[in-house]
Amino acid sequence: MISDGVEDEEKWLAAGIAGLQQNAFYMHRALDSNNLRDALKYSAQMLSELRTSKLSPHKYYELYMRAFDELRKLEMFFKEEARRGCSIIDLYELVQHAGNILPRLYLLCTVGSVYIKSKEAPAKDVLKDLVEMSRGIQNPVRGLFLRSYLSQVSRDKLPDIGSEYEGDADTVKDAVEFVLQNFTEMNKLWVRMQHQGPAREKEKREKERSELRDLVGKNLHVLSQIEGVDLELYKDTVLPRVLEQVVNCKDELAQFYLMDCIIQVFPDEYHLQTLDILLGACPQLQPSVDIKTVLSQLMERLSNYAASSTEVLPEFLQVEAFSKLSNAIGKVIEAQVDMPIIGVVTLYSSLLKFTLHVHPDRLDYADQVLGSFVKKLSGKGKIEDSRATKQVVALLSAPLEKYNDIVTALKLSNYPRVLGFLDSGTNKVMATVIIQSIMKNTTHVLTAEKVEALFELIKGLIEDLDGTPDDEVDEEDFKEEQNSVARLIQMFSNDDSEEMFKIICTVKKHILTGGPKRLPFTVPPLVFSSLKLVRKLQAQDENPFGDEASTTPKKLFQLLTQIIEALLNVPAPELALRLYLQCAEAANDCDLEPVAYEFFTQAYILYEEEISDSKAQVTAIHLIIGTLQRMHVFGVENRDTLTHKATGYSAKLLKKPDQCRAVYACSHLFWVDDQENMKDGERVLICLKRALRIANAAQQMSNATRGSTGSVALFVEILNKYLYFLEKGNPQITVDSVQSLIELITTELHSDSTSPEPATDAFFASTLRYIQFQKQKGGAVGERYESIKV
Amino acid sequence: MLVPGKIQHIICTGNLCIKEVHDYLKTLCPDLHIARGEYDEETRYPETKTLTIGQFKLGLCHGHQVIPWGDLDSLAMLQRQLDVDILVTGHTHQFTAYKHEGGVVINPGSASGAFSSITYDVNPSFVLMDIDGLRVVVYVYELIDGEVKVDKIDFKKTTAAHSAH
Repeated sequence: MISDGVEDEEKWLAAGIAGLQQNAFYMHRALDSNNLRDALKYSAQMLSELRTSKLSPHKYYELYMRAFDELRKLEMFFKEEARRGCSIIDLYELVQHAGNILPRLYLLCTVGSVYIKSKEAPAKDVLKDLVEMSRGIQNPVRGLFLRSYLSQVSRDKLPDIGSEYEGDADTVKDAVEFVLQNFTEMNKLWVRMQHQGPAREKEKREKERSELRDLVGKNLHVLSQIEGVDLELYKDTVLPRVLEQVVNCKDELAQFYLMDCIIQVFPDEYHLQTLDILLGACPQLQPSVDIKTVLSQLMERLSNYAASSTEVLPEFLQVEAFSKLSNAIGKVIEAQVDMPIIGVVTLYSSLLKFTLHVHPDRLDYADQVLGSFVKKLSGKGKIEDSRATKQVVALLSAPLEKYNDIVTALKLSNYPRVLGFLDSGTNKVMATVIIQSIMKNTTHVLTAEKVEALFELIKGLIEDLDGTPDDEVDEEDFKEEQNSVARLIQMFSNDDSEEMFKIICTVKKHILTGGPKRLPFTVPPLVFSSLKLVRKLQAQDENPFGDEASTTPKKLFQLLTQIIEALLNVPAPELALRLYLQCAEAANDCDLEPVAYEFFTQAYILYEEEISDSKAQVTAIHLIIGTLQRMHVFGVENRDTLTHKATGYSAKLLKKPDQCRAVYACSHLFWVDDQENMKDGERVLICLKRALRIANAAQQMSNATRGSTGSVALFVEILNKYLYFLEKGNPQITVDSVQSLIELITTELHSDSTSPEPATDAFFASTLRYIQFQKQKGGAVGERYESIKV
Repeated sequence: MLVPGKIQHIICTGNLCIKEVHDYLKTLCPDLHIARGEYDEETRYPETKTLTIGQFKLGLCHGHQVIPWGDLDSLAMLQRQLDVDILVTGHTHQFTAYKHEGGVVINPGSASGAFSSITYDVNPSFVLMDIDGLRVVVYVYELIDGEVKVDKIDFKKTTAAHSAH
């Protein structure tokens, strides 16, 4: 049925256009032959087509535009006539003989335009006459288009000041009065449109009405273009009259559109100076009007205006823009009881942006906005609408973006309270935004108190909110989140050691609530921050006044023990072992032997009880040997215990080559180049010999299982270690032992059972080359190498 | 310099720890070579790696496996073992470059300036290598007290040393 309706409409439009064109044709012919009477007759017939009620506004517009074009031509003709001496007053009378009112009024407007131009009568009188007579059309669509035509032909002929049609003293008022009257009448017609026709077509009608809105709005645009409308006239006449119409029409569509129009077409400084009037109208609008968009637009415009020049800022203060807007928002929310949460959020978000722009120095304003927002939300539970939560994120991000400094944002006491209204997922998003904002910032000096406040803000990432772990979180996302927390922890620094200690305690307190999934991410950065502090304290005199309260490395090591212990329940033994070793070395640097020993013990326990993967063992043992090699704090007994254990672990690795390498690495535990009391040549040799035995065993094993001797590379490696200690002057390493090792390797490499090993060949060749080079070097080193035959 | 396409290869001594760092390096240059550091969970990174660029053979290793840590003589042994002209290692977070008869041993230091138990006051640093024929120029960028210091080390490879064997 609807398609039939559309088809019918097309037919009617086509018929209308045909009728219009036919009459236009005769009108042209009459114009060409200067036959005024016929011209008027056919133009009236042509305009009769606009009397139709069958067309939708959209189609009617099409017809209207064709008529409009023809009327331009007629107007030209009238102008010509007037120039040729025809009395325009007579013409004005003459067109009134047209039989139908609608064509008559179109013709009157057309002649009226020429009449004003001729200046034979004051513009204001002609305009008044036209706008009054237009009342004759009460059909909304026909009336709207007629008045739109009147507005169109008269807009360049208003008795504005400075215009050629300027009249007596109150000339601007006359111009304004005319436009206001036309506007008022048009709005009434437009609003009335909704009541025409059956109720079931209301939706369709509203859509059609919406298409016509610009005809009405155009009047406001014309008003804004009138030169003579200064602030005073705007404040006293234009705005109150427009608002009166807006409020009184009680129509949702009209109110929303016209409020928006007012904000868009009139200058910002006018808005600022008339805030009371404009905002006063808001609570009076229908409860269903989308006032949040209107007010947001206003605040956005005012923010931009404030940003445009610093000179305008005093105006904002003078009119107390912030408190007025703040009050208005409160009142609007009260008046519109059914306003959805997104509306409330949007309003406060706009107000916050406004105050951040206009009053960046007034942090209390920003906090006040958040406070009012919290008040409006209280008792409503968490925000569930996803669009609203997005807006809250934008709202909370605004101060971070503005100040680019978390310390400032942390002063907003209502900030965490707003966060409380977000679900845990959004809390996480917000926490990430906060962390990113801190990352962008380069100054990281915070106090423990601020860190505490910050953790309150980002607790969505620190612990499982609502008590239950969220299993739905994507692994990658989780990692990314926790990595950002880890980065954040590294950012905390304070030159004051006492304060830094407090910060570390604060961070520790929070991350230990994070559960096993988070600890592997959060513990390492805290350990390293603590070790940095240890290093700083170590440079200072320890406890010069014996003050019990002050921070000492010892205290930090106690803290570190607790922090790393948390990893044991995860479990994350490999990570814990690495961190224990780091601490052991730090304790070594602080000359705290018992502490260092304890850390080593912890590392060893983990190695023995928790690390079973053979590859992980290899890495762990290298780290143990590497660290132990650097320790100088241990007395003979402790050192013996630890080195003995380390060599024992090395010899017990699963794979022979791994055993061999770890054992020869242990040789370095007994020979530290720059320490005279750590040069036990004999035990170095024991290690190397043991490594050789293992290499032999490895080869036999490979012989037995694969039928080839396997890698000779281990021997070449051990040879290099022999050379190393020979060069360092270890008396236990003899040239003979080196020589026999070289021979052994040469034999092995040329043995038939050895599969070709180009890598080992190259390694060996390069080692021999090195020997040659050292021989040529001369001096003490050259002497040691001298008798080696290559 | 960090515009994609300017750098042909990235050689990284490990301890990237997280995927984001890997992804970031990939954006600078897709040809990325990484050795595994003791904090890397990514098991695909090898303990050592060799690659050939132009006339040079390069070796890459994090360095915690070479004891004593950072010891040049021990690193030189690894260099012989890998049979490379240039050995790149890390672990100490301290920039060093050492020229000897068999080639160069370079430690580019730590690009982030992370804490190290071996080195006090770590300066963030990295190294840019310009390999041209038989010549390599090593530029060191070090951030010292907020200022970038650039140093240059030149190394020329003598083909004779290798062809003799």
